Amino acid sequence: MNKFGFTLSVPRVIDYDKNDRSVADLIAAKEPTFRLCIECGTCAATCTAGNFTDFSLREINVLLRRGENEAAAEKINRCMLCGKCILVCPRGVNTRNVLFIARETLSKTNGHERL
Amino acid sequence: MKDFDIFVLPFNTGLYFILIYCVVRCVIWFRQLSRADKLRLQRGFFGRAFGQSLKEIFMESLIHRRILKSKPVLGYMHMSLAFGWFLLILFGTIEADIFGAKHLNPPYRAIFFRFFNPDHGTTGLTRIWSFWMDLLLAFILSGLLLAVIKRFIPGVVGMKKTTRHKPADRIALTALWLIFPSRLLAESFTCGAHGSGSFLTGTTGAWLASFLPAETLAYPFWWLYSLSLGVFFILLPVTRYMHIPTELFLIFMRNSGISTGDKTGTFSEVQIHSCSSCGMCIDACQMNFVTGIRYMQPVYLHRSIRNDEDITEIAHDCLMCGRCEEVCPVGIEISAVRMIQRRNKTGEPLVKNNWMGYFRNRNNVGSEKSDTGQVYNLRNGREVKQADVIYFAGCMTHLTPGIKEAMMKIFRASGEKVWFMDEEGGACCGRPLMLAGNDREARELINYNSEIIRKSGAKTLVTSCPICYNVFRDSYYLEAEVMHHTEYLKHLIDDGNLRFNYSGRKVVYHDPCELGRIAGIYDAPREVLSWVADLHEIPEREEKGLCCGGSLGNLILNPSKKAAIASDAVKRLTRNNPEMIVTSCPLCKKTFSQVSHVKVSDIAEVTADEIAAVQVRKPRRPASVSLKVMVKQLLE
Repeated sequence: MNKFGFTLSVPRVIDYDKNDRSVADLIAAKEPTFRLCIECGTCAATCTAGNFTDFSLREINVLLRRGENEAAAEKINRCMLCGKCILVCPRGVNTRNVLFIARETLSKTNGHERL
Repeated sequence: MKDFDIFVLPFNTGLYFILIYCVVRCVIWFRQLSRADKLRLQRGFFGRAFGQSLKEIFMESLIHRRILKSKPVLGYMHMSLAFGWFLLILFGTIEADIFGAKHLNPPYRAIFFRFFNPDHGTTGLTRIWSFWMDLLLAFILSGLLLAVIKRFIPGVVGMKKTTRHKPADRIALTALWLIFPSRLLAESFTCGAHGSGSFLTGTTGAWLASFLPAETLAYPFWWLYSLSLGVFFILLPVTRYMHIPTELFLIFMRNSGISTGDKTGTFSEVQIHSCSSCGMCIDACQMNFVTGIRYMQPVYLHRSIRNDEDITEIAHDCLMCGRCEEVCPVGIEISAVRMIQRRNKTGEPLVKNNWMGYFRNRNNVGSEKSDTGQVYNLRNGREVKQADVIYFAGCMTHLTPGIKEAMMKIFRASGEKVWFMDEEGGACCGRPLMLAGNDREARELINYNSEIIRKSGAKTLVTSCPICYNVFRDSYYLEAEVMHHTEYLKHLIDDGNLRFNYSGRKVVYHDPCELGRIAGIYDAPREVLSWVADLHEIPEREEKGLCCGGSLGNLILNPSKKAAIASDAVKRLTRNNPEMIVTSCPLCKKTFSQVSHVKVSDIAEVTADEIAAVQVRKPRRPASVSLKVMVKQLLE
């Protein structure tokens, strides 16, 4: 049968059963305020690094919670740790520590050499 | 008269062990120094540093001048033990040399002099000498009594919290405490049996001999005295008492011009061992006295490093405000030592103990991998303008736009040509990354910002944020002069380029940690403020200034505890009911504003509000040109 150059795309489904949410759990255990996040995006709006790149803490938060750790690991090092996000967070999340723990953990688990 | 007795063996073993150990340790430390530091040490040995060190060792290690100044009773306690013991050994040795059987005795003959010369000290000069030795022993015992009471009631010596010790430290502490009472009893029994001794040992001895068999009881106490000395010496290298020999080395190294730097090495290790666990840093720490967190103070950090424990959390749970460094009687560069621990990203302890803790291996931090490439890719071409003065607001100032606007107003009034470098938002200065121990990434931001500053051809870089100020000053290599806006304002006032109205408002000034203790700028903000407002001071100012709690140094502290620290600081600042709290750091302003009932302003905002309507300015053009203009104007 002819293939006409088309392929079936990979289903874009977030499979919570397969995804590894251990990183998010670890962060929540070390920094309980991680659970307070309502994904409002205020942090991403004020972000110094976001001014230069497509870095968004909200996105990282979402990715980590879904267990899409590889996608998060790719972007997470762009944070400059300036701490503006803590000051604007309406929920009192210690965002800087969330990111710091995530960075340390991802760099260890994903063979991510950076840091 | 006997020459030797078997009971001196524990003391002899301990003494020769500790002497050999100290020499070996010093040789190892010296060999691990960098080449430059070795040269510094050699130069120091033959130069002025040697004399300075001797003086400092006498004043600090024996007399404890710094502690005496801040807490007299605590200082007396340390002085009586250190200086008293030193004198006891010194005069004991002289005594044994003059009055003993022969000259140049082995050390045990001096320490156990009374045992070998029980009838000594009954006539003439020897009586006076005996009195002096008794006086020294009484001096030490008075300090020991204070030390014992301090263990249970720290308030007696002016401390609120005292250090919690580990088992090894407790055993060594018990041995130390036993040394002097056992000497007193041993000497007393011997004196009692022989009818010798002065006001202390003689009187106690006579009284004890009246109802006890003094001759037979003396011997076990001489054993106890020797054993407690031996145990103390053997345990010394693995306990906090290692500070006694190490501090001498530290003082000499410091006077020779060696500093901590950013890598592990001999100096940071010597500093860690010089920490005497006195616990003065605990009382100074706001995390202790406001939020009751008592596990991360320098005393525990140093101890955990010595004991090869996991210190990742301890190293990161600190505001890096530097209050502890100000009170440390040993003068350890605490923040620098902590920063080295933060840079350790390998997850393994930096020090590994061998031989039951008597010797160590060190992991070296500082040799960063260089093949990891760029992280941020900050290569988009931002427009760079030429200007003499450039202004870098910084991330935090962008969150407190009032300061930004005030600075713009000041720049307009000053008439200087200023380019606002990060008006549209800029890269971070790099210090927050450094505080988290990520120096390599910080270097990338530093290079990016440096290039912009260089291209602009600026002679002066003004920043509103003390956090940025420190990194620009210390870690960038800039041709431009770096100024915090308080310094810039002072410079404008001094040059006569800016005049203010005096508002007479009652204000209190809060010293930000980064501008005060870390950058050392205390006078500029006070002078500027005195032009526009009525400045009231509080006891917690300058070196004793408080941290607002919002510090970027602490990654772990949760927001509610940060707010508690801020509230406590505001309470102390507003003791005299000022109209306004003035600070010079956007982060302090932001943190205080959230909890303060009094208005919180930045020094730039306060001054910008009071800029005089008429500015009398010095001529900006050369005199001849302005004369021409004046003539032209007159003709018109």
